[in-house]
Amino acid sequence: MDVNFMQEQLPLYVEAAKLTLHMAVWGILFSILIGLICSMIRYLKIPILRQLVVCYIELSRNTPLLIQLFFLYFGLPKLGIVFSSESCAIIGLTFLGGSYMAEAFRSGLDNVSGIQIEAGLSLGMRKSQVFRKIILPQAVSNSIPVFCANVIFLIKETSVFSAVALADLMFVTKDLIGIYYKTDEALFMLVMAYLIILLPISVLCTLVERRIRYAEYGTGSAV
Amino acid sequence: MQNTGLEVLFKGTNFLRLCEGLWVTLRIAVIAMMLSIVLGFFLGMLMNLQNKGVRAVCRVYLEIVRIMPQLVLLFLVYFGAAKHLNMNLSGEKAAIIVFTFWGTAEMGDLVRSALIAIPKHQYESGYALGLNKWQVYRSVILPQTIRRLLPSAVNLLTRMIKTTSLVVLIGVVEVVKVGKQIIDASRYTNPTAALWVYGVVFLMYFAICFPFSRISAALEKRLVN
Repeated sequence: MDVNFMQEQLPLYVEAAKLTLHMAVWGILFSILIGLICSMIRYLKIPILRQLVVCYIELSRNTPLLIQLFFLYFGLPKLGIVFSSESCAIIGLTFLGGSYMAEAFRSGLDNVSGIQIEAGLSLGMRKSQVFRKIILPQAVSNSIPVFCANVIFLIKETSVFSAVALADLMFVTKDLIGIYYKTDEALFMLVMAYLIILLPISVLCTLVERRIRYAEYGTGSAV
Repeated sequence: MQNTGLEVLFKGTNFLRLCEGLWVTLRIAVIAMMLSIVLGFFLGMLMNLQNKGVRAVCRVYLEIVRIMPQLVLLFLVYFGAAKHLNMNLSGEKAAIIVFTFWGTAEMGDLVRSALIAIPKHQYESGYALGLNKWQVYRSVILPQTIRRLLPSAVNLLTRMIKTTSLVVLIGVVEVVKVGKQIIDASRYTNPTAALWVYGVVFLMYFAICFPFSRISAALEKRLVN
């Protein structure tokens, strides 16, 4: 492997990784927002909006991000709706991630057993108190594992952004292979870049999950 | 007749060509899925062995597949194999290799957790009835494992179908590529073709994945009850 070449091209990869992370952070933040809104709509059973949310979730979960991006980037401009590559990527990731987050939060809420709610009410708590003090904490800890998996999933999905002409890691790699025919070096740096981004997040998720599940079951019990 | 742009889909054999394109990705998904199921069963059993070395290797394999985006794996095989093995691997073959590699890991993990979920007394009762190890696996454990596995395996299939859409990025001529050809061919006669073609491709994927995810949900429900 040509170390000099790798050193020379390193700034390109750093730039690309920054771009990927930038898109991922915004996409994930908006996904969480959309997910919260959608799961609340479903939890509170608001009519009409609820059906719309179900439609959205099914549409977004059953189509690939790549196709969603193609539609956003190449299809919609024909209707006069033009997005830049960046906003296209963020909108696409949010469209995909919103439904995954919504499902994570919903299953977290659903998994709080009815007994807990009844027990809260029989202690004389108001409905809002039950929600705040009993349902929410458990729902949050219930949904953490899926939430973490979703974050990693969404970061991985950013790898298709080169399809909408964003100079991300895949784009740079393909470019270097095409121009210099330095396949090994380019691929090696690609793998390293994703490892550096994803490995710490993956480890962090495992730790957070462990800690939060611990709280759920209380100290001392080994479940 | 007013030109809405929609008719580009039905001009000549355009719609048929799109379907053919879709079939290319579906074929990859189906082949990779079948291989993954077979290999995944073996991997799942390996992961449950007491041997620490085997478990560690399986763990590393699983983590690599989990962490690397599928597109990176595709690039590695597609560009890497061309250079090192001196093989001119077609995009389709590279895709089948990668998706089998990925699917086997995912399937293996599903099999592993399904096997763990089976209570120990099922094995013990089997042995108590005088069945040998192989018989216990075949007639007691496997049928129960498969029942537990079905929902998540169907779910994996939809993920596989969705993820195989990536193959266009390593040059396989599939539905998106055919769509592009149609758009380019009708650039002047029908400038809004892109909207309709990509819209239809979007709906095609939905039409295929949606039933599977419903089936998966229904199976899941039946299992819980």
